Amino acid sequence: MSAPILELTDLQTHFPVHSGFFRRRPAGTVKAVDGVTLSLGRGEVLGLVGESGCGKSTLARTILQLVPTTGGTVILEGKNLTTAATAGLRAARRDLQMVFQDPFASLNPRLTVFAALAEPLRVHRVCPAGDVPARVAELMTLVGLSPAAAQKYPHEFSGGQRQRIAIARALALRPKVIIADEPVSALDVSIQAQILNLLASLVRSMGLSLVFIAHDLAVVKHISDRIAVMYLGKIVELGPAAAVIEHPLHPYTRALVSAIPVPDPDTERTRQRLVLPGDPPSPINPPPGCAFHPRCPFVQEKCKLAIPPLTPADVSREVACVRLGEI
Amino acid sequence: MPLLTVTNLRTSFHTRHGVVRAVDGVGFALERGETLGLVGESGSGKSVTCLSLLGLLPSPPARIEAGSAMFDGVDLLRCAPRELRAIRGRRISMIFQDPMTSLNPYLRVSEQLIEPLLIHEKISRPDALARGLAMLEAVGINDAARRLHQHPHQFSGGMRQRVMIAMALITRPELLIADEPTTALDVTVQAQILELIKKMQRELGMAVIFVTHDLGVVAGLCDRVQVMYAGRVVETATTHTLFRAPLHPYTRALQRSIPGLQPKGGDLHTIPGLPPDLARLPPGCAFAPRCEFATDRCQTETPALREATPGHAHACLRAQAGEI
Ligand SMILES: Nc1ncnc2c1ncn2[C@@H]1O[C@H](COP(=O)(O)OP(=O)(O)OP(=O)(O)O)[C@@H](O)[C@H]1O
Ligand SMILES: Nc1ncnc2c1ncn2[C@@H]1O[C@H](COP(=O)(O)OP(=O)(O)OP(=O)(O)O)[C@@H](O)[C@H]1O
Ligand SMILES: [Mg+2]
Ligand SMILES: [Mg+2]
Repeated sequence: MSAPILELTDLQTHFPVHSGFFRRRPAGTVKAVDGVTLSLGRGEVLGLVGESGCGKSTLARTILQLVPTTGGTVILEGKNLTTAATAGLRAARRDLQMVFQDPFASLNPRLTVFAALAEPLRVHRVCPAGDVPARVAELMTLVGLSPAAAQKYPHEFSGGQRQRIAIARALALRPKVIIADEPVSALDVSIQAQILNLLASLVRSMGLSLVFIAHDLAVVKHISDRIAVMYLGKIVELGPAAAVIEHPLHPYTRALVSAIPVPDPDTERTRQRLVLPGDPPSPINPPPGCAFHPRCPFVQEKCKLAIPPLTPADVSREVACVRLGEI
Repeated sequence: MPLLTVTNLRTSFHTRHGVVRAVDGVGFALERGETLGLVGESGSGKSVTCLSLLGLLPSPPARIEAGSAMFDGVDLLRCAPRELRAIRGRRISMIFQDPMTSLNPYLRVSEQLIEPLLIHEKISRPDALARGLAMLEAVGINDAARRLHQHPHQFSGGMRQRVMIAMALITRPELLIADEPTTALDVTVQAQILELIKKMQRELGMAVIFVTHDLGVVAGLCDRVQVMYAGRVVETATTHTLFRAPLHPYTRALQRSIPGLQPKGGDLHTIPGLPPDLARLPPGCAFAPRCEFATDRCQTETPALREATPGHAHACLRAQAGEI
């Protein structure tokens, strides 16, 4: 196997939290990303799933160095981004693009879509100035929008249409790696299918590598080679996509898989769910030991003692659960 | 009598590029306690339908051209702004599609959450805060007592969405209009929110209009489903019928596009072509240019929504003629 294009080693992003009337007293830290080690192969699609608030978006923003790293390294094609100077970062950003979770906030309302797509092309001199309109038209068509619509402003589009514009923008520079934070959550299934096919074909034809964050496990399974499951800032399970969804090993992954809504009214209304008791824990005062233990149906005393490391469960899978093999 | 009866709603945007017919003759009735799912192509007018009912579209460019929306004897499209505001805050709540733009970044979550209570109910601040806290806990926000006093940017995307849901449910409305309320949530939290909505329906007889792309959620939650394409309703049926015996080619194509839980590899089914430009709708059926069954007649004649069996209506000429 060739060297990975992106390598994260023991990555940590902590946010200080303050309390008190004037919010001056530091009250602790939110360990939004807490020791993530992952690698992304060339042309690989890595799915990232996990509870809301577990740190997926923060991990994405940390990879792009949009938030300060507390510890660990991000290495893109051998370059360490965590120590890179601004110029180095700018160059790296061309190769590393992000599609943000919130398309409403990531598009400038005062720019037409044409301007939004042309800007990165001009700034990075991707093509001769005369070719910019043609390239913009090509990008619009690529994401299933009519090129004529590029003359409109973001507010004139529906939610799903705006999300496609955000994807077109990320594709404009032909990056090597795209971090897509819930890129299809706002789309109807037929356009979602178009975007998924599009991303999959870019992966095949351009050797694009993709980190794909989503809540819809069927979608993640469809597009990913491997899936990483996150819980409270840590990876708790990592393995081949089909194996993780069909035979989840970590109790949290099991709960997640059992909560997938099935598009069939009879199945959906009769099936048994593994409902998780309690709320997701506070990332400020995480429970001792395994962070999932207060909600875990298989919990034992030993789970409360130490944080379980990610350990190989078989040749291709890693799981962070001390009861692995017993349950 | 239904709680809400919408008849022939037509909403357009008058823009530099012409008149965009975003909603073109939408109608439905909703009983107390009933859940209606609204699904369909992105840009088909689902959000504009919801926003029209609540008078929340900026005008200009938006204009409600025709229709009525009778809510318990009041026409929402014609009543005085004051009356509409009173209904909107208390009896009808809406959860918006974009949580970040609808929360005020400068105000603590607590203030935004209890605002509707302070405006519409005779309630003291401490009591309102107590109810706000209980509501945050009900939507699964951990450590709610501390979270209550934070600002929206300190919340993750999914947590902000749950704040929106808490805000919408806090006044115990008779009608909840939820525009993709769980899209940003992971499946376990989504399951929890859907349970909460069902519980409030049982307890309060709340009716729900639920806009979603997730046909799995529709299958579990909705009594009836309305499928939209290019501003029109193309099919409406009970959830069971719609999944078992869809008649409109668009509905059928939609179902085939769902990624199943089958292994990776192979392209997903998609609908060829682009969604139509609503400012330049072609004559005939708007779906015809992308429809595998379209004939010449479909390009010229505009199909009307007709009942195939009681409660199951669709707008496909060929299916109505029994040809497909
Ligand atoms: N302010 C506006 N000016 C012009 N056109 C608009 C405006 N707002 C919406 N539209 C158009 O109205 C149509 C309907 O939009 P709407 O937001 O209702 O779609 P939707 O069905 O909710 O889609 P999605 O699933 O993507 O949210 C879209 O084609 C959109 O481009
Ligand atoms: N700027 C910030 N200041 C303080 N805390 C933050 C900040 N940004 C994020 N957090 C916290 O970090 C944690 C992780 O948030 P993040 O947005 O990464 O979650 P997520 O996994 O993307 O969730 P979702 O699925 O809901 O989008 C949350 O507890 C959140 O409140
Ligand atoms: Mg996120
Ligand atoms: Mg919408």
